[in-house]
Amino acid sequence: MSRVAVLEKGWIGGGNTGRNTTIIRSNYLFEESSRLYDHAVKKWEALSQTLNYNVMFSQRGVLMLAHTVHDVQVFQRHVHANRLNGVDNEWLSAEEAKEFCPPLRISAGMRYPVLGAALQRRAGTARHDAVAWGYARAADALGVDIIQNCAVTGIVRDAAGAVEAVETTKGKIRTPKVGVVAAGNTSVVMQMAGVRMPLESYPLQALVSEPIKPVFPCVVMSNTIHAYISQSDKGELVIGAGTDAYISYSQRGALHVSTHTLEAICELFPDFRRMRMLRNWGGIVDVTPDRSPIIAKAPVKGLYVNCGWGTGGFKATPGSGHLFAWTMAKDEPHPINAPFTIERFRDGHLIDEAAAAAVAH
Amino acid sequence: MLLIPCPYCGPRPELEFAYGGEGGIARPADPAALDDDAWGAFLYHRSNPRGMHVERWRHVHGCGRFFNARRDTVTDLFACSWKVGEAAP
Repeated sequence: MSRVAVLEKGWIGGGNTGRNTTIIRSNYLFEESSRLYDHAVKKWEALSQTLNYNVMFSQRGVLMLAHTVHDVQVFQRHVHANRLNGVDNEWLSAEEAKEFCPPLRISAGMRYPVLGAALQRRAGTARHDAVAWGYARAADALGVDIIQNCAVTGIVRDAAGAVEAVETTKGKIRTPKVGVVAAGNTSVVMQMAGVRMPLESYPLQALVSEPIKPVFPCVVMSNTIHAYISQSDKGELVIGAGTDAYISYSQRGALHVSTHTLEAICELFPDFRRMRMLRNWGGIVDVTPDRSPIIAKAPVKGLYVNCGWGTGGFKATPGSGHLFAWTMAKDEPHPINAPFTIERFRDGHLIDEAAAAAVAH
Repeated sequence: MLLIPCPYCGPRPELEFAYGGEGGIARPADPAALDDDAWGAFLYHRSNPRGMHVERWRHVHGCGRFFNARRDTVTDLFACSWKVGEAAP
């Protein structure tokens, strides 16, 4: 396949690519997931060279905090499962966690004391805008047409039901293959081809602080009290909040959701209590019932879909793109994304990372 | 934060409520009669519209009762709400 067009309703990097908290990790529980996400991490490790564009991939480590006995057991299970799958992950005591991340508070008087942490050293962050620009430039050099400010308004099917063309705000484009990668709007776009999806869309919030000197050496996540935080190269603390409880396309979230996260941040990192937040925004994420993505052929000939990344799709960018391109070009899935079908919700072969982590991720 | 019109108690802040997912999805009377596609669709497929959405809420920190509502998912504004068993307005 060499004649490829990317249709973008807004501008490249203006959606969730530019709205996420840039965390990259592969410490997922199940074999299917750790293969998928570690495929991406391996591609991240070479991405700046591949694109000849510095995506500022920084393997500074992701520390996941345990606050209860249940957390400790779950994370130690994750550590063992990951290591059996060839994914690095190690268990740290609370003191070792503080040594790795000095701003972390581990005193026993906390309401949710830190009992230990799982550390994936190969995990980290990348500059999300640079990833969008690097990919756009590399795709353009390969002859891909990137058409911005061009919304898809319809998917045309022929008499046999196969994809024939897409209708856009700039006219009709005839094509035998369409790949839908529309994040929170996937249900809306797939509906144009008459396909109902196992997805619901929620606002997910993030916020950044005023920029400060480098104080925060890694990424810290706490699923139990729901906080995750890192420091960007510009110096801003990048903080991820949760999703709203209800489906919405509003691209903003409720204040009590981000306040809840800031309370947890202040509890874990008292040094940050006097800091001011600069910006707060929301993105719309499409969530599957098992919190694992779909990278698959749709039940319409010539239609493919890459969706359901929920609250954590950025980390998979290079792997997800590679596997989706493979699936579209060969009209069959790569072995890594073969389990990530739509039909798993009919057949019951769920990849239940939601139950494994018990939180959004 | 949403201001949610409970049909029993009147408008109350979102913190008093639990979201109950898409409304109007009836459990099939005879699940064994369904094929896998229909059962999977009942369990997992949702309309997820960009626009008006019929949904269930439960006033957990109020009257404790479930009710139905219609809300625009782009503006988050509620159009109406009604009691369980009543016809949608």
